[in-house]
Amino acid sequence: MIKELTKGIFRENPVLMLLLGLCPTLGVSGKFFNAIGMGLGVIFVLVCSNAVISLMKKIIPNQVRIPGYIVIIATFVTIVELMLRAFSPVLYSGLGIFIPLIVVNCIVLGRAEAFAGKNRLLPSVLDGLGMGIGFTLSLMLIAFIREILGAGTLTLWESGSTVYRFVIPGLSEAPVSVLATPAGALFVVGFVIAGINAVKQYRSRPGKDARKGASV
Amino acid sequence: MMNLVVIFFSFVLVNNFILSKFMGLCPFIGVSRNRESAVGMGFAVIFVMSITSVLTWVIYHGILAPLGIEFLKTIVFILVIASLVQLVELVIRKFSPALYKALGIYLPLITTNCAVLGIAIIAVDENYGALESLVAGMSGGIGFLMVLIIMSFLREKLSLEKVPEPFKGVPVAFVTAGAMALAFMAFSSSMIANLFPAE
Repeated sequence: MIKELTKGIFRENPVLMLLLGLCPTLGVSGKFFNAIGMGLGVIFVLVCSNAVISLMKKIIPNQVRIPGYIVIIATFVTIVELMLRAFSPVLYSGLGIFIPLIVVNCIVLGRAEAFAGKNRLLPSVLDGLGMGIGFTLSLMLIAFIREILGAGTLTLWESGSTVYRFVIPGLSEAPVSVLATPAGALFVVGFVIAGINAVKQYRSRPGKDARKGASV
Repeated sequence: MMNLVVIFFSFVLVNNFILSKFMGLCPFIGVSRNRESAVGMGFAVIFVMSITSVLTWVIYHGILAPLGIEFLKTIVFILVIASLVQLVELVIRKFSPALYKALGIYLPLITTNCAVLGIAIIAVDENYGALESLVAGMSGGIGFLMVLIIMSFLREKLSLEKVPEPFKGVPVAFVTAGAMALAFMAFSSSMIANLFPAE
């Protein structure tokens, strides 16, 4: 059971391993706080939609299941949108159009189709939670790199007058500002995925297996 | 009239959906490997985005706004897009088998293209009129097609180059797209405003 939770974090990480949900990843990764907010929103939508879909899987006719899933997902996205507008206007304007676009995030519909539509309630909730956490972690990683190098700051919390923001001396006066632009987002994602590929290839290189075989 | 020209250039060059808003990245990375599919996908997107932006304008200003239920726009728009894509597929298959052959397999993929839902929401947020929405949708699609075609040329060249092993495939496509986005930063909204001054 616990495997359903952990698979989304590393081995089947939706963003960095399966390359799903890239549009919001790039769009909101300019500021660390925006990445956390987006991540929490997606976790909420994923867990709730997975739960409802796994409960309703017998009621929804097979032919119209995709539109059915989309309506369920869009309902929870609207809830997130209204909650953010009410409780965190800063985050609401920071995420902007990417909040409604959670509806077409391939991760959410992908988990509904691949997992929640076929499994029972508890595994579906855990699957949604794990995938959501995996999404949030990779988003935070990319936003961490982009905000520190691109602006020389790290924003942890922003609401009204309370702002928790670290300013890195030296970097904040002369940041690598190209990383704060849309082009920088594409560069950072390209390099992070290449780094993960390098680790994957290093771990599966043929020499290692041969040595392992010899020691056994 | 000037207004429409400014919207056109702003969506094609300055606020290009792929390069500055990151919408439609999944199909962009997916189909840009092959020129033919890039062109097919691009035209299908132009087609659907133009119709969507007009239809959602009518629904928003004709139904949602008078009833005061604007907050339902996300749910309504995505349903409109999903059914529209199905309808377009049926109509094309019936009346133009040649066009269906060219665009058919790309149409179902468009429902989950965020650029389509994106243009509908942007047009409503920016308070565009019906004609402006149509131009915005069409030019957003044209910008998408243009970048897709450029990218397919770049990837063709790249496939002949020696790329470091970990960068092969998707990572190098991202870095290339980043370089292209950097070049497109030369187009700024102030440049458009200078070229086409408002009367």
